[in-house]
Amino acid sequence: MVDSVETAVASNTLLDVRDLKMHFPLTSGIIIQRNVGYVRAVDGISFSIERGKTLGLVGESGSGKTTIGRTIVRLYKPTTGQILFENRDLAQLGGESLRQIRKDIQMIFQDPFASLNPRYTIGSLISEPMHIYKIGSAKVIRERTEELLNVVGLRPEYIDRYPHEFSGGQRQRIVVARAISINPQFIIADEPVSALDVSVRAQVLNLMQRLQRQLNLTYLFVSHDLSVIRHVADRIAVMYLGKIVELADRDELYVAPKHPYTKALLSAVPIPDPKVEKKRQRIILSGDLPSPINIPSGCRFHTRCPMAQTICREEEPAFEAKTGHDHFAACHFSEQVSLS
Amino acid sequence: MSEYLLDVQDLKIYFKAKGGHVHAVDGVNFTIKPGEKIAIVGESGCGKSVTALSIMRLIQQPPGEYAGGNIYFEENDLLTFSEREMQKIRGGKIGMIFQDPLNCLNPTMTIGKQIMEGLQIHLKVSKDDAHQRAISLLEQVGIPAPAERFNAYPHQFSGGMRQRVMIAVALACNPKLLIADEPTTALDVTVQAQILELINGVCHEFGTALILITHDLGVVAGMADRVIVMYAGEVMEEASTDEIFSNPRHPYTIGLLASVSRLDEVRQGELRTIEGAPPDLLQPPTGCPFMARCYFARNICRQKPPLDPIAGNAAHRKACWVDTTDPKERAYADRRLQARQAAQKAALSEVANILQGE
Repeated sequence: MVDSVETAVASNTLLDVRDLKMHFPLTSGIIIQRNVGYVRAVDGISFSIERGKTLGLVGESGSGKTTIGRTIVRLYKPTTGQILFENRDLAQLGGESLRQIRKDIQMIFQDPFASLNPRYTIGSLISEPMHIYKIGSAKVIRERTEELLNVVGLRPEYIDRYPHEFSGGQRQRIVVARAISINPQFIIADEPVSALDVSVRAQVLNLMQRLQRQLNLTYLFVSHDLSVIRHVADRIAVMYLGKIVELADRDELYVAPKHPYTKALLSAVPIPDPKVEKKRQRIILSGDLPSPINIPSGCRFHTRCPMAQTICREEEPAFEAKTGHDHFAACHFSEQVSLS
Repeated sequence: MSEYLLDVQDLKIYFKAKGGHVHAVDGVNFTIKPGEKIAIVGESGCGKSVTALSIMRLIQQPPGEYAGGNIYFEENDLLTFSEREMQKIRGGKIGMIFQDPLNCLNPTMTIGKQIMEGLQIHLKVSKDDAHQRAISLLEQVGIPAPAERFNAYPHQFSGGMRQRVMIAVALACNPKLLIADEPTTALDVTVQAQILELINGVCHEFGTALILITHDLGVVAGMADRVIVMYAGEVMEEASTDEIFSNPRHPYTIGLLASVSRLDEVRQGELRTIEGAPPDLLQPPTGCPFMARCYFARNICRQKPPLDPIAGNAAHRKACWVDTTDPKERAYADRRLQARQAAQKAALSEVANILQGE
């Protein structure tokens, strides 16, 4: 029943999200539940990802980045908006057609201790998607599982071991092996390396990048760590309180940010070099992220913005193209951001 | 009179486990002068938090066990102190900040009371004075409207604000030494910047020495005067912050610095990695603990290297037999690294063929 939606975007686009909203109702009362408001976790966002590329999604905790990932795989039913994956709208799919399309979309979660069932051997965990989508006989699947273990740097003999016998980095590589086992096109990685130590983090990042090149994978890489995002992403979206405030190519975003939040975020990240650290000027934002239940009027960043003017309190800035290559930002004073 | 505020000598802490002892800290030496800021860096399980807890004598016994060594604080060995004497040190002369402020504040007490508690016990001040001082502390750590917030409970604060309260509690009695165990790991970057600036400011103002425990090399670069790199319960390298970052000598430190993705660097191919995983501390290797993951490893590494100063800089010490600046050694390490990468790439293209050959 899904119609192919007409799109103006290049045919190279794999995923095109349009005005996606995900509001969670807040209820009160024990027996009679009344709706008392909404948590506007994702509040109208649009972006697209080209085939074989990586979009990095950054933001602080509570900005809605995880909700976006989960909504795209349809762990949630979006409030409104379209999620066009190969021109089919995932927001409208259900049942068997959704199950079939999920073969092409896999997910990697942050915590490899929670995402591997401790009662299954790693062999059965990795091969489960292959059994579900019936890609071949049990023998073929087992051979393929052994190959997958080898590629993620684990010995094939480990196939019958249980998750508790592995370290965090090894577990995350098992999760990666499971995600690629059915040859998906698109992988949503939700903070895949945040729980790992630096030396192990590099192993997993390199593995993901090699796989991307070999298998022509497309990634949505969600992270709060701007230095990791700089390393993996081709294009970067910065989120604040449920909205994308800036979207640009990787190097342009870091060199010439057009939103004061991006600029503050970049200046807050410590750089592992004492000589650079001593010379840096920090923009320290005051206060914390406002609640997504009561989103500030006008520009949602005005309560913490060092550049805020009267107009920012009253009028919400449009998310529009700014100078530069495909550079979008939502700020009234974006041209002044990179100058100061 | 020793010039050191804290002098840790050959500290060993073992934990009893099934089938033996976990050698969590295995012969750690370091010193800290009054007002100095040092950082202990290392990966999870390297013993950095256990070292910090042991200075406060907060290791639970059993299963923990002080298996050797001394911790001299102002020339007294903390390990010989009775529990009652230790209580005077904790929160009095040494303050501590933990990673998770929600678990470390009492949820049933107002934050003001929690700050006053330490003041009344350690400094024996009157209730009114303690109240006044608590409010001024809250103001110093940047809590808006401190007089009203005095009566608030921890759950009414955000993560960053709770960490500020923790800092106020730790600093209440003007300690000589502040131990911060991953103080910003649970916080967002923008809040992390606020908290680090605060810690830096108060240490400077009160002349407090700082032991910062972290895995984030970026935080170290901006905060510490001196860095201690730990691995598998042992000190691998120790030097001033500038020296560690510009002239690392131990293969582990070199690998650690190279494997970090940097915000100010344009992507150039792949990150360097340290392959493998840390050793099992139930049966620690008898030689160099890093040997199994080290591209520089030689036969001599089967014997434990001492933590010796490097040539020409007595303040820079490393525990490694190999001179990593020697071009011959570097060429040897590079060859081993490349062989490893080639093997990984071959395995990958094989799987790619299988997956896509449907």
